[in-house]
Amino acid sequence: MIEAVRLLGFGEGGWAAALLSAAVVTLILSVLSFALGVVFGGVAAAWRLGRSRILRFLANGYGTVFRGVPDLLTIYLLYYGGSVALTSAGRSLGWQGFIGLPTFATGMLALGVISGAYQAEVFRGAYLAIDPGQMDASRALALSRWVTLRRVIIPQLLWHALPGIGNVWQLILKDSALISVIGLVELMRQAQIGAGSTREPFVFYIAAALLYLAIASFTGIAFRHAEKQASRGTQET
Amino acid sequence: MIDLAFLTEILPKLLSGAPLTLQLAVTSILLGFILALSLALAQQRKSPVVSLPIRGFVAIFRGTPLLVQIFLIYYGLGQFSPSLQAVGLWGFFREPYWCAILALTLNTAAYGSEILRGAIQSVPRGVVEAARASGMSPFLTWRLIVLPLAFRQAIPSYGNEIILMVKGTSLASIVTLMEVTGIAHGLISQTYRAIEVFVCAGAIYLTLNFVIIRALAGLEYWLSPHLRRAP
Repeated sequence: MIEAVRLLGFGEGGWAAALLSAAVVTLILSVLSFALGVVFGGVAAAWRLGRSRILRFLANGYGTVFRGVPDLLTIYLLYYGGSVALTSAGRSLGWQGFIGLPTFATGMLALGVISGAYQAEVFRGAYLAIDPGQMDASRALALSRWVTLRRVIIPQLLWHALPGIGNVWQLILKDSALISVIGLVELMRQAQIGAGSTREPFVFYIAAALLYLAIASFTGIAFRHAEKQASRGTQET
Repeated sequence: MIDLAFLTEILPKLLSGAPLTLQLAVTSILLGFILALSLALAQQRKSPVVSLPIRGFVAIFRGTPLLVQIFLIYYGLGQFSPSLQAVGLWGFFREPYWCAILALTLNTAAYGSEILRGAIQSVPRGVVEAARASGMSPFLTWRLIVLPLAFRQAIPSYGNEIILMVKGTSLASIVTLMEVTGIAHGLISQTYRAIEVFVCAGAIYLTLNFVIIRALAGLEYWLSPHLRRAP
């Protein structure tokens, strides 16, 4: 027990600073991937709701594949597939040798693709939940399409989407641990490093679990707060 | 771009991992369901002595990555091998297979118990009161009224959880189990043809998930005779 306190402390031979900065990497990675997922998910949802058959088909396929295939497989695809593509591109430019992808960017792309597939579903559901009368009313007020989208549709869409978006965030936060397999030193990887060099795996994985739990709880509270804020106008209190 | 001969060469190799994927998924989903139901039922008593530890268990397993859970059980508990040997549990925790099953089971039980708890809560109170009023014992009310209604309500959410579990079995490859994703990783690092391997392995998972979704839709149809049109 005393040994565990020393290992997880800030003093000499303590890993607290390393673990905390790795937790920050996890948090940044998750936030950026999540933001990228909003972009992918928004585009995919718009395509699914749009008139073009081809775009609808593509967006459907995107959702089915990346929600149905293990996330680990998607990560391997982007990491190895991307490296191979980059290496062969390098060859044609005269650069010999293997080019590895930067792990942070690859991890962010992989998690962005995965979260986008889930967020597309959330956005689509949220859009369909908006009363069609709102669009009619905007037209009756002669609002332009852009103003309708920005002032009428998107605020309501976000309100409907918030609970689902919160779930996707929790999913992505936990999925970010998988990026450790391609070597990015985030929280999971840092715990592995600590476990390996001190031969105290139990202490380090418990510490990692607690840090994930802390991030998940705090952000969960933030999302609940945001939901309350967003639904101010709609609930009688 | 995609080489068909190569696809037909790797497909049998990847399929050889499917039995292990299925075994991991089926075992942990069944055990997890039994545990989830027990936890959901235990929380019905509203006694804090019972429900507080369960709430803690659920929060911990839902708030941490599955990978951390697997590592904690496989590597973390491995640290205590002398004491585990003393109680005769080392044979269990030594095997990555059983560690993966244990982690997957506990994980799905945590999510499943919340789904079932919500489904039980959604059973209208009046139905339960009607059953009691017509002389059913509490046990009979649960068996014939509450649980069937709750199960039907839970199918869509539980279906999502089952799909997540099938995907979750891929993490077993990180503790050396060669299921479909493990074999796929091996093939990718041997051949560096990530796209072909992804297409093949992805097709296996999508087929599996498609079968599960269809089966659950069938189950839901079978359990909802009141929503069907009269013959």
